[in-house]
Amino acid sequence: MSIEAHDIRKTFGRFTALDGVSLNVPRGKLVALLGPSGSGKTTLLRIIAGLEFADAGSGRILFHGEDVTAVPPGGRKVGFVFQHYALFRHLTLFENIAFGLRVKNRRERPDDETITRRVHELLKLVQLDGLDRRYPSQLSGGQRQRVALARALAVDPKVLLLDEPFGALDAKVRKELRRWLRRFHDEIHLTTIFVTHDQEEALEIADEVVIMNQARVEQVGTPQEVYDRPASPFVYQFLGNVNVLPDPALAQAGGSTGSPAIVRANGHIYVRPHDIEVGRHINGAPGISAIIRYIHTAGPQARLSLEQIRSREPIEAEISRAVLEDLNLKIDDLVLLHLRQSRSFTEDYNI
Amino acid sequence: MAAVVVSSLADARRTAAPPRAAQEAAWVRWLLIAAALLFVGGFLVLPLAAVFTEALRRGFGAYFAAFADPDAIAAIRLTLITAAIAVPCNLVFGVAAAWAIARFNFWGKSVLTTLIDLPFAVSPVISGLIYVLIFGLQGWLGPWLQAHNIQIIFAVPGIVLATIFVTFPFVARELIPLMQSQGSDEEYAAIILGASGWQTFWRVTLPKVKWGLFYGVILCNARAMGEFGAVSVVSGHIRGETNTMPLHVEILYNEYNFVAAFAVASLLALLALVTLGLKTFIEWKHQQALAAIP
Repeated sequence: MSIEAHDIRKTFGRFTALDGVSLNVPRGKLVALLGPSGSGKTTLLRIIAGLEFADAGSGRILFHGEDVTAVPPGGRKVGFVFQHYALFRHLTLFENIAFGLRVKNRRERPDDETITRRVHELLKLVQLDGLDRRYPSQLSGGQRQRVALARALAVDPKVLLLDEPFGALDAKVRKELRRWLRRFHDEIHLTTIFVTHDQEEALEIADEVVIMNQARVEQVGTPQEVYDRPASPFVYQFLGNVNVLPDPALAQAGGSTGSPAIVRANGHIYVRPHDIEVGRHINGAPGISAIIRYIHTAGPQARLSLEQIRSREPIEAEISRAVLEDLNLKIDDLVLLHLRQSRSFTEDYNI
Repeated sequence: MAAVVVSSLADARRTAAPPRAAQEAAWVRWLLIAAALLFVGGFLVLPLAAVFTEALRRGFGAYFAAFADPDAIAAIRLTLITAAIAVPCNLVFGVAAAWAIARFNFWGKSVLTTLIDLPFAVSPVISGLIYVLIFGLQGWLGPWLQAHNIQIIFAVPGIVLATIFVTFPFVARELIPLMQSQGSDEEYAAIILGASGWQTFWRVTLPKVKWGLFYGVILCNARAMGEFGAVSVVSGHIRGETNTMPLHVEILYNEYNFVAAFAVASLLALLALVTLGLKTFIEWKHQQALAAIP
């Protein structure tokens, strides 16, 4: 089922959480709502679920073209996974997952046998079969996460909403679980929105990324689109490391390798560290002269912290370790930088 | 087996002990412990022991004879009736108030929170007097009540009202911080899964707070049975009719009937001991439940 949100506004007192946000999630897609904390992404998710209401007179929520703005959360057929899972601590896993079936009214409620079968199916689906008699407190974070998912799926939701699904897990489990979620989504094809503040997570598993900042949507696109063609300085900075060079003249100096960017008079230049080419310094040659201050070699790439000769501003570059060895670079060496690819934004976009 | 237990206990003690630098000198520790024990012994254990020795001074015959007295039976019955009405009333009120305060933001919330503590803040005698001023013969509603032949003051309704007022904060005070710390996500989860408000309350909210609630009810009950001041003002001390156990103890004592006075008092003391035992058990269960929270 597709999800649409039109012109949603939400204020808490004087704080604006959502300022006319619209969203369109096509059927069967896995979409990430990505943004820093306070950008309004969780509020938007809760409004879609019906846990919060948009300001009076603003906006509509549509599921599959049908207006559900006035439908209470229990009637929207959504599965919701809370950041801290919100499992019922006094119930076993079995009863946690069966909850949504047991509270149905008598006419719709399945019999005990059907409930048992359904719960075991779901436990198998989330790879927790055999743990049905455990209590939530006896599980690891990753297992709780999957129980929360199974509980949400028990009522056959038409859309799945996940609030920071991996936020409370340690780094390794996080990675495993997000790949698992991607495979899981490919199996069940449920329209899914998940909220995250982790750009790596969003770019890795989402079909589409919605980047939010300060109560607004900054950009919508596939992970590659938003990474390669960021629509604003905020998006550029939020999705990975970036150098911000204030002097546009530098771009002309280094633009010899065919930068696609159009440099405006008072713009800033944004360039990712791996889009900077580092070469030995040759007197009079075009490029940015800089001195190497530090070389970090832990990791697959070598990161250089440099200082520009003319402006004394710092700049970061990333090169492969093979190149580093070929050039035989050391601290305090003078080098010449070329910007392979950069982008500029006019001043009114300034951050 | 025993050796294993002993050694694991010793381990526990070793790990639990604070680092040497954080410890007081031995004589300071012993002085503090001795002062505490002396105080507890003198002010708590000794009087309690005195109650039971005095009650049994003339043997078990005299002790049980005190309970055969019709006035004593009437007092015990009235105390039980009062608690049986006051405790459920405050249970319902306490849950409702805690729920409203912990879950919602509304105008006047801080005033309500403060008002819940009012019965703790005022003297019990004043609590009783309030009802005399409202329902007494010279009070606001006195003439109307008399005209309709309804008696509240110097009768059972007055005693129940005064008891409800005095024991009003126990349940709410116990639940508000508990509910606030637990948050509402589980309730939201239940609602999204299609549960009604009623189902959410019975299946999610109540099980979450049951130990805190039980604890509040026990404290509420202990106070309801033991209340003296407020009840004394509204009761009128009519023997066999409006005397609760604490009032009956006072009357017997004033009549120099020490054995009977201490016998009835020992019942109240027993109630206190049972309450403390239950309270310890519940705290232990509650700690376990808290430790199990993810």
